[in-house]
Amino acid sequence: MAISVDDALGVHPQAMKLAHQRSQVIGANLANADTPNYKARDIDFEGAMRAELGRREGLSMTTTSEGHLAGSGGNPGELQYRVPHQPSIDGNTVEAAKEQTRFSENSMRYMASLQFVEGTFSTLNKAAGGQG
Amino acid sequence: MSFFSMFDTAGSAMTAQRLRMNVTSSNLANADTVSSSTGETYRARQPVFEAVYRQEQAAAGGNGGAGIGEASTGVRVREIVESEAPLQQQYNPNHPMANEEGYIFKPNVNQMEEMANLISAQRSYESNLEVFNSAKQMYMRTLQMGR
Repeated sequence: MAISVDDALGVHPQAMKLAHQRSQVIGANLANADTPNYKARDIDFEGAMRAELGRREGLSMTTTSEGHLAGSGGNPGELQYRVPHQPSIDGNTVEAAKEQTRFSENSMRYMASLQFVEGTFSTLNKAAGGQG
Repeated sequence: MSFFSMFDTAGSAMTAQRLRMNVTSSNLANADTVSSSTGETYRARQPVFEAVYRQEQAAAGGNGGAGIGEASTGVRVREIVESEAPLQQQYNPNHPMANEEGYIFKPNVNQMEEMANLISAQRSYESNLEVFNSAKQMYMRTLQMGR
């Protein structure tokens, strides 16, 4: 039986890619915490992850005629605007404390996936007879 | 977005916050500068920030134009504006800078406001430094993967 590195790593490479993108978005939010009219953005991690895995749950529209188009509930990996608890008077919607929490949480996700990938490599290495 | 662009983002924010601190300390330093006419009097200055976007990415993006677009890649200082608040006019005929009517003019610097501004800038600087350090840690660990 052939060993597939892709299968062994599972969702973690995609999770790392997504966490990296999200950390850039949240980093940009924190950078613009004092910019007038800046609107905070974020990626829907769960939705994007589901889409990555190809198990996208449909918010599909009912089609009652052949001419109807099958609509979809938008691209889950797309950037979305955050709804602030209390918008500030200069139009900025960044809530620094919450963004910091999200940034830390997202870094932990990244690190967790990285840890798993490293573990898998070491396992595969051992299985392949290396010194691992 | 390049792999290391998080450094640029955090770096641009740190530069902007440093400039804000500079401007604020200049305001505080000149809070007691006296002059004899309104034209010469120092006025409180404030930087205005602006988000930076990478336009080429929006052009190349395959979101069909309907997408919300890309994330900001940093922040820059658009301009430095002078405060419109009225200057403090004081009747003090014995002052060496007093004009013919005996008035001196003091800057419209609100010291409490400037101190709060300074603390806010410092906090923002620190949070961006934290982002920078986390990013560095993430990249370092990734580069060491498999060792």
